[in-house]
Amino acid sequence: MNTHTPIARGSEWTFKDLEAYESELARVAENYKLDTYPNQIEIISAEQMMDAYSSTGMPVGYHHWSFGKQFLSTEQKYRRGHIGLAYELVINSNPCIAYLMEENSLTMQALVIAHACFGHNSFFKGNYLFNTWIDASTIVNYLLFAKNYVAECEERHGVETVEYFLDSCHALMNYGVDRFRRPAPISAEDEKRRQQEREEYLQGQVNDLWRTIPKKEKPKAEEWPVFPSEPQENLLYFIEKNAPLLEPWEREIVRIVRKISQYFYPQRQTKVMNEGWATFWHYTLLHTLYDEGLVTEGFIFEFLQSHTNVIYQPPFDSPYFHGLNPYTLGYAVFSDIRRICEHPTEEDKQFFPDFAGSDWLETVHHAMKNYKDESFILQFLSPKVIRDLKLFAILDDDSEKEIEVTAIHDEHGYRRIREGLAAQYNLSEQEPNIQVQEVDLRGDRSITLRHLQHDRIPLAEDVAKQVMKHLHHLWRFDVHLETVQENTPGTKYICDDDSVRTVSTEKAA
Amino acid sequence: MAFLIIDRRPNGKHKGAVNRQRFLRRYRKHIKEAVSDAVNRRSITDTDRGDEISIPRKDVSEPQFRHGKGGRQRQVLPGNKEFLTGDRIARPPSGSGTGGGKGKASNTGEGMDDFVFELTQQEFLDFMFEDLELPNLVKKRLKDTEAYKLVKGGYTNDGIPARLNIVQSLRGAHARRIALGGAIRRQIKGLDEELKSIEGETGSEDRVREIKIELDRLRRRLNHIPFLDEFDLKYNNFIQQPLPTSSAVMFCIMDVSGSMTQDIKDMAKRFFILLHLFLKRNYQKIDIVFIRHHTVASEVDEEEFFYSRETGGTVVSSALKLTDQVIRERYPTSDWNIYVAQASDGENWADDSPQCRDVLETSILPKVQYYAYVEINSGEDQALWNAYEEILDKYSECFAMKKVTEASDIFPVFHDLFEKKSA
Repeated sequence: MNTHTPIARGSEWTFKDLEAYESELARVAENYKLDTYPNQIEIISAEQMMDAYSSTGMPVGYHHWSFGKQFLSTEQKYRRGHIGLAYELVINSNPCIAYLMEENSLTMQALVIAHACFGHNSFFKGNYLFNTWIDASTIVNYLLFAKNYVAECEERHGVETVEYFLDSCHALMNYGVDRFRRPAPISAEDEKRRQQEREEYLQGQVNDLWRTIPKKEKPKAEEWPVFPSEPQENLLYFIEKNAPLLEPWEREIVRIVRKISQYFYPQRQTKVMNEGWATFWHYTLLHTLYDEGLVTEGFIFEFLQSHTNVIYQPPFDSPYFHGLNPYTLGYAVFSDIRRICEHPTEEDKQFFPDFAGSDWLETVHHAMKNYKDESFILQFLSPKVIRDLKLFAILDDDSEKEIEVTAIHDEHGYRRIREGLAAQYNLSEQEPNIQVQEVDLRGDRSITLRHLQHDRIPLAEDVAKQVMKHLHHLWRFDVHLETVQENTPGTKYICDDDSVRTVSTEKAA
Repeated sequence: MAFLIIDRRPNGKHKGAVNRQRFLRRYRKHIKEAVSDAVNRRSITDTDRGDEISIPRKDVSEPQFRHGKGGRQRQVLPGNKEFLTGDRIARPPSGSGTGGGKGKASNTGEGMDDFVFELTQQEFLDFMFEDLELPNLVKKRLKDTEAYKLVKGGYTNDGIPARLNIVQSLRGAHARRIALGGAIRRQIKGLDEELKSIEGETGSEDRVREIKIELDRLRRRLNHIPFLDEFDLKYNNFIQQPLPTSSAVMFCIMDVSGSMTQDIKDMAKRFFILLHLFLKRNYQKIDIVFIRHHTVASEVDEEEFFYSRETGGTVVSSALKLTDQVIRERYPTSDWNIYVAQASDGENWADDSPQCRDVLETSILPKVQYYAYVEINSGEDQALWNAYEEILDKYSECFAMKKVTEASDIFPVFHDLFEKKSA
């Protein structure tokens, strides 16, 4: 098979080399049925990479001090050698933009192209979450719209006012996602036009909600419907639509933050899968090139060294341990799916009767398209991977003196570990469950949030109080937050104009 | 597969510069405190550089709802070596740096370390001298013409080939060709017409031949007009324009008598350095004159000024007289902004202090922009201080005095002296 001459030699890259690699990789990727957006590869310097970092990977973003903070902290760590910068950064857009660092060696560039331009890119295009939530072709335009809109607001209302308002929105950013409804994608021009319509319309609507002119037939107090009729989980959406005193431009900014949060939501839910998929494919694609004789031995050695670094998982007691490495876990699961399909064991047939021995390419594509981290792990984490990573589950109950080991990599433990790990990637379990419960329409217009407590895990109190202040800034009337554990009310916080105070409700005891 | 490779490196760096400035502005207060601490901490020689600034992490945090500690928390971890199901492990002490073996902090990712970042030298100085201004910043005559700027100044007839202006040259050549050839062309035109009207008529053969010869001669003359001639060439002209520079001179006056210990001199030096840095931000050119004195004053270089020691008594007025003399000789007040900083431990020959006051009042203060006196002395007021105090009110515009007891006072005192006065 080794009949071809290598694409390039040496470690210095040229633009011609990159093109050659891109087209060879594209050819191989097509054989593996990887469906991608067109690639746009951009070569950048280290400093530009830090810029890209600080705007959390958005190619254009509105200005805010928090991005500056991010930049300073990245710069500091980079200068002191605490962190290396990523070799690449890829943006979920159509065309798919991948940033490559100029310092990378030729091998690294090829690795990165395989990883980002074919791995991540096909994931963005194929995974159901991205398809449902994001229209990749409009995102850059939308971000541009957002940037210009915020800049315009700063001109009209002052930088500090806008900045403070954005702070408040950012505090609730993780609660600005819509988990059920599908947003209709629209372009930037539409967005601008619709924004103006919305501005006028919304203000009218809101005023109506708070209308004080008495109606002819005043309903009796108990007949007033509870508002909202069902608890609302998307706090920012609720604020945008219902906060009584917001100016139109403020509503639009709430919307912008909400939309951006929504844009990142699928990525937050598919970290393991996305990185695992990209790692699996850079490994497979580059090995295919090697088999065809298109890359040299030296290339493949350098590649393997980086690859091994990327998927290294330090054990829990190592000083380098910072949680599970999503690259390791995802790569391990995808590789193991291939193994189970190609060389199933008895155990595999017992655990995965559906696909053990089936066509591996079809199975990995199916897994990539139809799952998110939580369901992916629940479905595909095999006993072999659990054994390889030596996973174990612990229970830390603060009413017990010691931590209990509840499962290890043995016959009894596989399923429990799998469920436990899946839960660990369930965002709605990792973030406190907080929803809008009620707005006091007749009284003091206060808004009541309910925190549904689970396993007695409390809110981090000091930050919760700060977030409440931000919420107060948006809602402009009192904010109540009550914790409920299995229908038993717990602590209650009230945020009024000056302070947050704790009101304990002991009556249920 | 369509694809595109773009080289973004030439694009502007510092895309995040706006965000960086936003951050600095927002934490101005914190940063200023840190800067002022840093100035006091630093050794004398490196006041002029950027620094690491740290701000308490909690002040820059962005709050989000998250889980706290407690309750029943489950976790799956890698790298089991010895545990079996049902094992009980002692809880690791919270906050221990075991790399998150318990990993509870993993979802918050927040240590309680300070937020540390680097300020550039420029930013550092900006924060250091924020709210300060030079008193009586009178614009003196723009005299020093050391710096020139080249500006375009039309065209010249001679120059170097690199400055050849092609458009102007060709335009000139064109005009010349039209001008020189005009008369000939007119003649040709006339003869052409005549030729047309008489051609073919009988008896005009002689005339036709004559005209043809004439036309031939004229056309040859026309062809001899050169396309481009030496004097068509035009060159871009540049003229030197003097850049407006404002210059200042700073007099450092220090007592080096036996009572001034090295510590006191270090403090004085700090003050002088701050003043120099500050002046540098306002003026492009600064001269420094070092004058030291015990019983007699002399102008010295920097090294000698700070490090050599003398013994003996103190006659401050000698230094003031020398200052006055130097100003008169070398720094005419019409051309120079003059600043004087005097540092002393306050000791002086008993009869000399009133004399100092007089010299100051009559010959120095009318000439200077600002005179700052710093007394490094933790004890009682000395005679010099008292003498100076007498004229303080009268010249509050351009004269200030402060007392310093230890090194950490220097920056605050400096700050006080040059604080922006609300007009």
